[in-house]
Amino acid sequence: MQQPALFEYVLRIADDSLILGQRLGEWCGHGPILEEDIAMTNIALDLIGQSISLYDFAAELEGTGKNHDQLAYLRYENEYKNILLVEQPNGDFAMTILRQFFFDAFRLPFYEALMQSPVAQLAAVAAKSVKETRYHLKHTSEWVIRMGDGTDESHQRAQSAIDHLWRYTNELFYENEVDQTLQAEGKVPALSAIRTQWLSTVTNVLSEATLQIPTNDWKFDGGREGRHSEHMGYILSDLQYMQRAYPNMEW
Amino acid sequence: MTQAEKERRFQEKIDKEIKIEPNDWMPDEYRQTLVRQISQHAHSEIVGMLPEGNWITRAPNLRRKAVLLAKVQDEAGHGLYLYSAVETLGTSREQTIDDLHSGKAKYSSIFNYPALTWADIGAIGWLVDGAAIMNQVALCRTSYGPYARAMVKICKEESFHQRQGYESLMKLCSGTPQQKAMAQDAMNRFWWPALMMFGPSDAASTHSDQSIKWKIKRFTNDELRQSFVDATVEQAQILGLTIPDPNLKWNEERGHYDFSEINWDEFWQVVKGNGPCNKERLAARVKAKEEGMWVREAATAFAKKRAMKQSA
Repeated sequence: MQQPALFEYVLRIADDSLILGQRLGEWCGHGPILEEDIAMTNIALDLIGQSISLYDFAAELEGTGKNHDQLAYLRYENEYKNILLVEQPNGDFAMTILRQFFFDAFRLPFYEALMQSPVAQLAAVAAKSVKETRYHLKHTSEWVIRMGDGTDESHQRAQSAIDHLWRYTNELFYENEVDQTLQAEGKVPALSAIRTQWLSTVTNVLSEATLQIPTNDWKFDGGREGRHSEHMGYILSDLQYMQRAYPNMEW
Repeated sequence: MTQAEKERRFQEKIDKEIKIEPNDWMPDEYRQTLVRQISQHAHSEIVGMLPEGNWITRAPNLRRKAVLLAKVQDEAGHGLYLYSAVETLGTSREQTIDDLHSGKAKYSSIFNYPALTWADIGAIGWLVDGAAIMNQVALCRTSYGPYARAMVKICKEESFHQRQGYESLMKLCSGTPQQKAMAQDAMNRFWWPALMMFGPSDAASTHSDQSIKWKIKRFTNDELRQSFVDATVEQAQILGLTIPDPNLKWNEERGHYDFSEINWDEFWQVVKGNGPCNKERLAARVKAKEEGMWVREAATAFAKKRAMKQSA
């Protein structure tokens, strides 16, 4: 492989999108309001669409003739490089929205920065996805505010979701030698600058929502290295079911 | 104006193909029939999301996953237009949904059958949406304006749904013997329930005559069922699938296919709530409503707070 670091980097973004899209897909038909069934399906659809473009590019970089489905469906658990946040269970609507909000608040400045990448395929995916992500962030921010400043129950549910998910947010900014290599080549943005923007969005929205940022700074990571939570195996057993049960068939 | 005079003028409009609009006078029974029919249609869209939704996480490749997401999203959208159409007749979405949950309102019985394999998703698109389109195309010219307009938009999307279902089965039928067998199995299970989607036979249908006179319906259940059979036989031949009916044959004299009598006992059992998934489907909808209660309350409370802040 010519560019192993870039391959790994593209897979991370693709896997984050795929696994979060997969999680949102579980809501379909079970949302609290019909409008939210539509919105969550729409976000899932955008994320799956982003993952297709990214897996196509990853397959091209790998250069072994695989297609996007082989990358998405036929790896082992420790070969998926998504962060732990996106694989966390849907929980209640507050948990789903907060998970999505933390992610969107990262993805927007991330894609904005990635649009400047000299790697044309990355810049193109970022340019397309940034518009979608702007809507996602608007949608989830509005819900965080509504829940936080709604009823006592919604406030408490939103705060519990924040308290639970906070430990997974640090991994959004996880960097290792893959990032160092690509940053040194000027191909991808440094995540430290994006963290500042993320924290500013999160602080503003939570403050408007009258919700608190947890003081507990317990942090989890491992996803980027292929070490996942117990949830991941179940996600893959659904995702990969058809491809594993009926190998080498076209659908 | 006397009641009889109002009714005469109403029927005159219908006969002249003038659409009835929400603020126009209409007989109570016309209104009730529409509320019943449109809400049943809306519920079918929403309950119909469940068997397909089951397969989103297991769709065999990313393209199929995206198409299925888009399709189920369309269905939620159709539900939304149709609940709005019911609201133009003076019944709130809340009330309409409560009627579903109490068992007072019905939805298409087809969704009480399970989606067991990936081929079922193809069969639902091809046969179930195909049967729905037969009904819905006719409804684009229904006499009630908001319903007719909603149907025009819905029909466009439904024909995409049917094509994707057919195309998905085409892939299975040109694949391995195992895939072909999966497609045939889906055909065997969905054929009769699809024919049942057109409702009871004309002889047994309680609402038909008046609905035709009011041009809510343009064709009878049996006419639409026959059109569906006639259109589908050739499509099955192209796929290489066998329709599970030994009596299916072309009748030169009638210019239509003859087919066996539907198992009406099964039909009424499923309508009454004794189908394989009736309990599960309704329970899923009730659960979504109950678990979503706090979300809707939060949205209402927040909107009130904001309105107060603005007026202060």
